[in-house]
Amino acid sequence: MKEAKREVVIRFAGDSGDGIQLAGTKFTEASAFAGNDFSTFPDYPAEIRAPAGTIAGVSAFQIRIADHDIHTPGDQPEVLVVMNPAALKKNLLDLAKGGIIIANTYEFTPRNLKKAGFDSNPLEDGSLEGYRVIAVDITSMTREALKDLPLDTRSKDRCKNFFALGICYWMFTRPLEPTINWIRKKFANRPEIAEANVKALKSGYNFADISEIFDARYEIRGATDLEPGEYRVVNGNHSLAMGLIAACEKAGVSLCYCSYPITPASDILHFLASMKNYGVITFQAEDEIAAVCAAIGASYAGSMGVCGTSGPGLALKMEAIGLAVMAELPLIVIDVQRAGPSTGMPTKMEQSDLLQALFGRNGEAPVVVIAPSSPSNAFDIAYKAVEIALRYMVPVIILSDGYLANNAEPWLIPREDTLPDIKVETFEGNGKFYPYIRDEKTLARPRVIPGTPGLEHRIGGLEKEDITGNISYDPLNHEKMVRLRAEKVERVQDIIPPIEVDGEDEGDLLVLGWGSSEGAIIGGVNMVRREGYTVSRAHLNYLNPFPPNLKELLSRFKRVLIPENNRGQLSLLIKGNFNANVVTYSKVQGKPFFRMEIYRKLKELLNEECAG
Amino acid sequence: MKSAQVKWKEYASDQEVRWCPGCGDYAILKAVQQAFADLGLSKEKVVIVSGIGCSSRFPYYMATYGFHTIHGRAPAIATGVKLANPELSVWVITGDGDGLSIGGNHLLHACRRNVDLKVILFNNRIYGLTKGQYSPTSVVGTKSKSSPFGSIDSPINPILFALSAGASFVARSVDIFQKHLKSMLVEAGRHKGLAFIEVYQNCIIFNDGTFSDVTSKEGKRKRVLWLEDDYPLTFDEDDSKALTFDSDLMDLKVTDDKDKALVWNSDGRYDIFAYKLAQIDNPTAFGIFRKICRPTYEELVREQIFALQKRKGGKPTLSELFNSGERWRVLGDGVIKKLVR
Repeated sequence: MKEAKREVVIRFAGDSGDGIQLAGTKFTEASAFAGNDFSTFPDYPAEIRAPAGTIAGVSAFQIRIADHDIHTPGDQPEVLVVMNPAALKKNLLDLAKGGIIIANTYEFTPRNLKKAGFDSNPLEDGSLEGYRVIAVDITSMTREALKDLPLDTRSKDRCKNFFALGICYWMFTRPLEPTINWIRKKFANRPEIAEANVKALKSGYNFADISEIFDARYEIRGATDLEPGEYRVVNGNHSLAMGLIAACEKAGVSLCYCSYPITPASDILHFLASMKNYGVITFQAEDEIAAVCAAIGASYAGSMGVCGTSGPGLALKMEAIGLAVMAELPLIVIDVQRAGPSTGMPTKMEQSDLLQALFGRNGEAPVVVIAPSSPSNAFDIAYKAVEIALRYMVPVIILSDGYLANNAEPWLIPREDTLPDIKVETFEGNGKFYPYIRDEKTLARPRVIPGTPGLEHRIGGLEKEDITGNISYDPLNHEKMVRLRAEKVERVQDIIPPIEVDGEDEGDLLVLGWGSSEGAIIGGVNMVRREGYTVSRAHLNYLNPFPPNLKELLSRFKRVLIPENNRGQLSLLIKGNFNANVVTYSKVQGKPFFRMEIYRKLKELLNEECAG
Repeated sequence: MKSAQVKWKEYASDQEVRWCPGCGDYAILKAVQQAFADLGLSKEKVVIVSGIGCSSRFPYYMATYGFHTIHGRAPAIATGVKLANPELSVWVITGDGDGLSIGGNHLLHACRRNVDLKVILFNNRIYGLTKGQYSPTSVVGTKSKSSPFGSIDSPINPILFALSAGASFVARSVDIFQKHLKSMLVEAGRHKGLAFIEVYQNCIIFNDGTFSDVTSKEGKRKRVLWLEDDYPLTFDEDDSKALTFDSDLMDLKVTDDKDKALVWNSDGRYDIFAYKLAQIDNPTAFGIFRKICRPTYEELVREQIFALQKRKGGKPTLSELFNSGERWRVLGDGVIKKLVR
């Protein structure tokens, strides 16, 4: 008997060496081929090689699969697969009431229980009452299944993640073929390893099928509301990286990515470093400052200089970003935000660099600030950033975060020929040349590439005289230049899309989000709507300048709820710039919003209205 | 790179030079212009990148491309320029404070990577632009505004720094040794890889005469040791003294026996002596301490790109990028899904 479910959230957890991330990735692919929409989130341990069996060494992977369009990896897992006691200890609190626990009993030894901080075995002492516990000796059963294969025990044990995966494939009616094909391809040179993993997967599946301890089997049908087309999986970091490559290719400008390793942005560097055949130059600099400076140098010499970092790195780059403001050069700085201040919680997300991005430099130094709202959207945002930087000769800061960086979802693969053109004008000389003469429309100064004869000129961080670019300490000239640099950033409004409203165009309550919280906000809003409430929603990708219609939009709502993973930074900007009645909903826990949290907050506000 | 011959005065921009009258920077500016003329550099191919400090105003006075950046970061910015366009002749102008204090890290890494930059370090042993504080090359006991009782920091040795950091060309000259300075700049310009030139430069306002032990008439005669390939290391009146290798002390030693003089070569075979020569001040060595050949950073960067493109059959299309990894197709009403390929 299969029970139909509209969606389910599953979390795999185990020791770092248990192959949890791989199992999760394969479950994701199988779900894609089953036609589901999905969203995933990995949770790696902060320690590189934490001692085996400890809580610090637990690695986890969460996936939400659904028969409809979804936007987050889910608030709470309903199924928890744990490969050892530490994994149970660390993840149990997140498990939904009445949830299913599949536990590998082999690892629940007195020693491992002690390492995880259990006084007694939770699988036996009744402490898991209220959950449905399925205890399986996954390790021994894997060994048994592989007993005829010429492998040592250690190699056999490494297949246990596929045995566990097999159980889950049966439980959630996943196809085995995509994973089997992948295994055979991956281990084409080591057929005995391929065979062992395939066998473990099938054995887990068959065990679940014939064993009576699995009394329930679920089916999540294919999603019917997905746009037709070809899809692949993408996470926020890779999506940004591909957006940069694509935009530079379209603009006819080479991409020079300069970065210093920092969590959670390093993955962008890794991705681009492996893309050298696309002509991408990557430069691992000696420090954060050198990274941004090299990017500025590359932009000056005709490339698109880009660097990726996280909050502490952005702080270090600020003086140089000010130079790019003054010298009016294209530059992109990606800040994959993490919990701060200082070193903070490097692997945890936060949206607390918004004000730093906007105002963290000395002097009046406006830059364009934009933020992707989903892994797929990150591609479009990176693409747009290149266009803005090159056309307006201006630095652009992209605010991603540690959640968005690793969150993965299906991505409708764009077609190369439908990508928008990026027209970059390069000045090559015609008559008298002035380095700070401006384009009437964009206010950009001419983009001149060193090496061009007859246009030799000098730029720098000292204040420039309007038009000639000569050093100037003239008070009125300075004020004029300050205003021109700000006006140039404002004019980026001409090429950004207006903000759209999801729901009624006017009303009592608007939820206004920015960045990676969009998925949770959509989820929460949909939940209250299903209960008959009316609430509108809008999301900001462009934070400086704001979309041109934002002011007018805000004026049509009595109250504006702004959920953000900081103490109210967007709220401050909205209150400072517009006449809006703002309610801040702040969460600063290193974790993104849950749908349920947005739902509860909305209910609270909507009920107040009813009462009032 | 050679085009119509540019006369040295044509490298000067239309900007009025605003260093203090009598500043050593004027002489260096002229030597650079003359060296550029000798090298036959066309103006549009040259980018001069500087940091912050008196010397860093340099780019404004040159009719080439120029970028006056921020304090200490010129080597990093110049690295980016070279990454984007290896064809450019990129010169970094820095000082003892800019290059060895706030920007020490960038200079170190530019040297080790062997980026094809020409770094001219104006060493005046003082902070001039901020009006006279001791610098990282100030000798111990330097009395300045920020060290009224004498500086207590041990100074950094720029030549030793560049040698240790792996610069492939290391030389030293003096602002007023015009001919020698120009020849060092020409050698640096011809060198492929990172060329580091320390120039002793007199700050007439805040540290006048700091190098008088070699720039005074007597000093120049008695104390200057010229490093020239295939010539013996002799100095003083009529080359009466020589440097020789003392195998017991495993060190260089001054001797009156000219026949025992070491014959210098900068090609790396005597690299161990280059370190020693950098550390002694009587005699003080001027000339090329090291000139070796190794691949430049930007060459290696491009080699990797071309090698990969060759191995993978050229530069792929964007479609290939997007379509890498597992894909599936959503059809019609979305219920049916298929593996792609």
